[in-house]
Amino acid sequence: MDDRLLIAGKAYGSRLLVGTGKYRDFEETRLAIEASGAEIVTVAIRRVNIGQNAGEPSLLEVLPPSRFTILPNTAGCYTAEDAVRTLRLARELLDGHSLVKLEVLGDAETLFPNMPETLAAARTLVAEGFQVMVYCSDDPILARQLEGIGCVAVMPLASLIGSGMGILNPWNLQIILDRAKVPVIVDAGIGTASDAAVAMELGCDGVLMNTAIAKARDPVRMGRAMKLAVEAGREAWLAGRMEKKPYRASASSPTDGLIGKTA
Amino acid sequence: MELLLRVNGAERRFAPPLTVEGLVGKLGVEGKRVAIERNGEIVPRSRYAEVELADGDRLEVVVAVGGG
Repeated sequence: MDDRLLIAGKAYGSRLLVGTGKYRDFEETRLAIEASGAEIVTVAIRRVNIGQNAGEPSLLEVLPPSRFTILPNTAGCYTAEDAVRTLRLARELLDGHSLVKLEVLGDAETLFPNMPETLAAARTLVAEGFQVMVYCSDDPILARQLEGIGCVAVMPLASLIGSGMGILNPWNLQIILDRAKVPVIVDAGIGTASDAAVAMELGCDGVLMNTAIAKARDPVRMGRAMKLAVEAGREAWLAGRMEKKPYRASASSPTDGLIGKTA
Repeated sequence: MELLLRVNGAERRFAPPLTVEGLVGKLGVEGKRVAIERNGEIVPRSRYAEVELADGDRLEVVVAVGGG
């Protein structure tokens, strides 16, 4: 069965997207991401350390663009201007690669997105030919506006970045899902495997996470757990769950033929 | 007369003339996958050898790092 994730015309076998931050070292990064089966990995863009670590391997040697779809992000940007500049640099860094993750933060404590700046940056980036996957609040109207601007995926938060609080408002996600024509990928807030499965059971097209894997006691094992959870949740959504029947039990075994009854 | 450049937010002095390619060598990042912005504009890698730096230029030299 062909059930691939289609983003900006390209098909992906895995519906799990992962970040590359917060790992102990590159080896752990590589092993956990391999275990997760992710094909799209997001990276940050930062000033190079001049005069330091000259001989050390770089992240893109550990996760080569020939093997992974590298999704540069604008983590840490608080204005549309900084986000746009960062992604122009990223496109040059990645030889013209135009698929990017836009996030414009509004507050250092909550890392909540600044949606007016996000919308402004999205407009500029789409006009410049970027394929924009956008981190956003779980507001259905804003998600629709981002889609209208031409973003190739909307990525509402499940809860605060790095909080591991899981999906706080499945109802808003459901409204976004019911209306969106581009992929909806839950980004931020996933804590453990069941959170990822719930996102997929709601009908999300994918899940993006970083801390849930990187800060697990055993990140490699959690990478595998997330792979299985995303696959299980997707299969359950495709299978179509049974109807929920509150307060109405229904026996699974035959009700006749029980021993000790008079015939 | 020296070239005073602001590279990644820090002032650094160089002997002119200096191209972007020359700067990459002096910073010790040759062979690394970097991208460079000069005074707010991207300098394409194909132009490193021909773009000559001017006194007061602001440069950002970036790489990809782990992040989410």
